[in-house]
Amino acid sequence: MQQYDYDRMRRLSADIRIETIKALTEAGYGHIGGSLSIADALGALYGGVMNIRPEEPDWDERDFLVMSKGHCGPALYAALALRGYFPMEDMKQINRGGTKLPSHCDRLKTRGIDMTTGSLGQGMSSAEGIALANRLKGLSSYTYCILGDGECQEGQVWEGAELAVQLKLDRFIVLVDDNKKQLDGPVENVRTGQDLKKKWEAFGFHAQRVAGYDVEAICDGIERAKEAAGVPSVILLDTLKGLGGDFAEKVAFNHYMVMNWDMANKAIAEIERRLAEGTYPRGDVRW
Amino acid sequence: MVRLLKEFKQDTREMREAYCAALIAAAEADPRVFALDCDLVSSVGTGAYVKRFPDRHLNCGIQEANACGVAAGLSNRGFVPFMHSFGVFASRRIMDQIYISCAYAGLNVKVVGADPGVTAAVNGGTHMALEDAGALRVIPKMTIVEPSDSVMMEDLVKRLAKHEGVDYLRMARKKGIRLYEEGSEFPLGKAAWLREGTDVAIIASGVMVYEALRAADMLAEEGISATVIDMYTIKPLDIESVVRAAETTGAVVAAENHNVIGALGSAVAEALSENCPVPLERVGVMDRFGEVGPQEYLMDIFHLTAGDIVEKAKRAIERKR
Repeated sequence: MQQYDYDRMRRLSADIRIETIKALTEAGYGHIGGSLSIADALGALYGGVMNIRPEEPDWDERDFLVMSKGHCGPALYAALALRGYFPMEDMKQINRGGTKLPSHCDRLKTRGIDMTTGSLGQGMSSAEGIALANRLKGLSSYTYCILGDGECQEGQVWEGAELAVQLKLDRFIVLVDDNKKQLDGPVENVRTGQDLKKKWEAFGFHAQRVAGYDVEAICDGIERAKEAAGVPSVILLDTLKGLGGDFAEKVAFNHYMVMNWDMANKAIAEIERRLAEGTYPRGDVRW
Repeated sequence: MVRLLKEFKQDTREMREAYCAALIAAAEADPRVFALDCDLVSSVGTGAYVKRFPDRHLNCGIQEANACGVAAGLSNRGFVPFMHSFGVFASRRIMDQIYISCAYAGLNVKVVGADPGVTAAVNGGTHMALEDAGALRVIPKMTIVEPSDSVMMEDLVKRLAKHEGVDYLRMARKKGIRLYEEGSEFPLGKAAWLREGTDVAIIASGVMVYEALRAADMLAEEGISATVIDMYTIKPLDIESVVRAAETTGAVVAAENHNVIGALGSAVAEALSENCPVPLERVGVMDRFGEVGPQEYLMDIFHLTAGDIVEKAKRAIERKR
């Protein structure tokens, strides 16, 4: 098993949350809920799991990440800025006219963004194409694709799943942010009786469910996924939309929120408190 | 340089054979070329390519949206993907994938849509792409081409393989009328001037080019001198040619195997009204759904024949007054 610096990952995840909250508060509003729930996975990926060179974003042998739930770009931008792809100062420009950091990921605008996304379901296919291309090029790099749980309602996700299994893309790892909510409310209200893990397994994926707020569990899951030969993998990240941002944890609708500095400062203090206390990022949040 | 044959005749080669030969040649010249199919290898005619380059081919099965996204991913890593399906599926069904994953993402993907308009013939209305070019024309920076014979097909495919961007090839797949001499060249974004006349200009694409040439002969018998232009690049439109045609004849007919809304006729109307307003008549499918039947029957009922062009040409000339 690969050894990772989990403290570094937890600090990175906390900083991703903090910088995302600050940036969206600066903008006044944004897609906060899903950005917060994916922060720990991003902390793991950009805190040691992914083979990347921030000083050389186009390095041919790098690992790739496609944020298929493109509206969570702000969390990914925070991870990239924290890893030095661009100055943190740029985060203040999120969603401004002429910005390099648009609300949804754009490979032409942002250093370190591997693929343009925003129309849900499409990142599954393009990530799969990247994984196939890397195999054709004889590279051993991994391609990660982050989907939302609500996004799994898109038919294209399952078209992609079929083909990835057919192609035996075993360096293709899908992470589903199973944060239980979509824009209109709880996923279970929109799509009842779904067992996502069984569904991915039925398509032929190596499927696991892990604590998506725990970087150690995420890293272990990724290691197991890498060991699964001849099949693509999916890791269902058990999370909660808005997790780690106390104002977002407390409301029903947190897909997109209007935010102010009172809310932000309180949330940042809470993130630091939970990190120091060792209960980061859940605190006493239950679901 | 474009050279018309002295005598037009039924081609001995299917359009899809010419396409596949050109695809193989492109793949031989450039190791980045990669082909994707959606369970239509035998229809689209890529079988010889699959045999020649099995490792640079992927049959995605019946999933056009995923195939388009995979093509985008391949392009992201430097490949030059050619994706094939019937035009209806390769355009309106996957418009969002072409738009976001390919075009908006700034990638380099070639989409090939077979069976435009009446060439779908017995597959009928569900398979009759009468809106493909119009739907895709609104995507920024798209290039849309429609070859009118097999010589042009080969030349255009060679050019698309080298062209950086998202391109749509509107491909009749069966045998058509052979119009051009071998070696004719068709640069992207340029029109081919086939006849130069003084009374009316007929701007056509695809299967309508032969009809336009026949119409010009019919008009000549009545003493009417017609320009004929093969507008094989529907986007970006060769506006200079449209304007010159309007200035030298004073009346224009646009002829296309497509709904008159959205594609060649619309593009010509836009170019004329902004640059050189002259009477314009459009030959095309008048905002109707497709139907089943042999191609000749469909050309008749949708008024896509040389006779229909002649009628519209005369009307345009009349409106000059």
